Amino acid sequence: MTALSLKNLDIFYGRTQITQAINLEIQEGESFALVGESGSGKSTVLKAIAGLAPEWTGSITAFGKPRGHGIDQNFSKTCQMVFQDPYGSLHPRKTVDAILSEPLSIHGIGNQNERVEDVLISVGLDRKFRFRFPHQLSGGQRQRVAIARALVLQPKLLLLDEPTSALDVSVQAEILNLLKRLRREQNLTFLMVTHNLPVVSFLCDRLAVMRHGRIVETADVAQLKQGALIEPYSRELIDISATHAT
Amino acid sequence: MSHPLLAVENLRVTFPTSRGPMDVVRGISFSLGRERLGIVGESGSGKSMTGRSILKLIRSPGTVTADRLDFDGIDLLKQTEKAMRAIRGARISMVMQDPKFSLNPVMTVGEQIAEALITHQRLARREVRERVHAMLESVRISDPQRVAKLYPHEVSGGMGQRVMIAMMLIPEPDLLIADEPTSALDVSVQAQVLDIIDDLVRRKGMGLIFISHDLNLVSSYCDRILVMNSGRVVEECKAGELRGATHPYTRALISAVPRLNETRDELPVLDRSAWADQ
Repeated sequence: MTALSLKNLDIFYGRTQITQAINLEIQEGESFALVGESGSGKSTVLKAIAGLAPEWTGSITAFGKPRGHGIDQNFSKTCQMVFQDPYGSLHPRKTVDAILSEPLSIHGIGNQNERVEDVLISVGLDRKFRFRFPHQLSGGQRQRVAIARALVLQPKLLLLDEPTSALDVSVQAEILNLLKRLRREQNLTFLMVTHNLPVVSFLCDRLAVMRHGRIVETADVAQLKQGALIEPYSRELIDISATHAT
Repeated sequence: MSHPLLAVENLRVTFPTSRGPMDVVRGISFSLGRERLGIVGESGSGKSMTGRSILKLIRSPGTVTADRLDFDGIDLLKQTEKAMRAIRGARISMVMQDPKFSLNPVMTVGEQIAEALITHQRLARREVRERVHAMLESVRISDPQRVAKLYPHEVSGGMGQRVMIAMMLIPEPDLLIADEPTSALDVSVQAQVLDIIDDLVRRKGMGLIFISHDLNLVSSYCDRILVMNSGRVVEECKAGELRGATHPYTRALISAVPRLNETRDELPVLDRSAWADQ
């Protein structure tokens, strides 16, 4: 089944057009990466899907249901987003418990106590963290809370906006392992934005390279691993990664 | 190296806490010539504190002690705050992590770079302008006249960081400390910014201390690497020999990084308890 389908998606901020004719099909259970440099419009695509950039034309469909331009509660239940900066994405004056309970209250879901406890366990956070505030947690722990918040509604599609770029390499490894395990356990579909190609190689099945608001190339990760991307721009990205990596 | 640019012996940085004094840097020693030294470690390993203590930028209640902290024959520990101001910027300068927070939002880029220069030298206004433009050009900003008139919010992150570098290098310091200079930037811009730093450091024969958590990055831009963990240097090696590093902490850091051609199903994770108190 198709988890997410974008057709001719043009996104605007005011009068400025950010993306041009984005077409994507992501299958259920797949992990898909959008890569490109800053300003290429990759994060904007995620924002439009999540409903944070409401000015767009074209169509966004998740699991067969089209998305409207406004706030869409049913859509939020199937699709949640994790943001880049765990220091900025958690409310500083709410405890972990309040952060995780809020989506449940909004959606009128009962049994909150148990669900909060379950989701904390699934992201590998000890119970003692439940009544702490974000400033009492490390960056990696915060990102775990942010992932837990996205998972507490049991969505099927997770939008990940550079989920590890604000973290140390050692903490990055933990979060990447966590995402991989969650995807396997809960049969999640990932759409991840990143500029880090080794992360794509570890976590994703397919990728699309974006530049200046367009998708220039779509490829399998196997092609990425062999360095067999076709577009000159994609090869340039690989070269840059390769000179820094092992 | 007969006469090191910087000699550090038994450097300690201590902060008081409710549970008594806490050492964040616990007696590290190194010396630096006109070379490129990388300091690597996780957050909280004390690498940034090491960089800051060289410039005596640790604020009270933190304290810095060392058996020796010499820069080019000057004993930094004995310098007054006023004397330090003459050293900072002119002799040793520092590029910070995030251009968004380190540039003055209400001054144009050109004014800020000029300020760095005229704080330390008296120059005619025209010469200042020329030097600023030349400096912007050397950090590969193609249109210096226009960019000098922009405010920080009008430039991109990569350009902002190049402006920072221009500002730090215009007084022609002998030592540049770069604290995570590119972690707020994209991979593609990252390479560009590092190449600029590298090029300028080589051309002017400066010393460079490059602080980062990214081992690969450090190994490709430095001659020598110090690996820090909880305030101590656990390993020192040549950049080219990093693959042969022996300390388990260094090895763990190396293997935690995913590769472009990744085949592992799970990334190895650091067992922090193992090195917590050695």
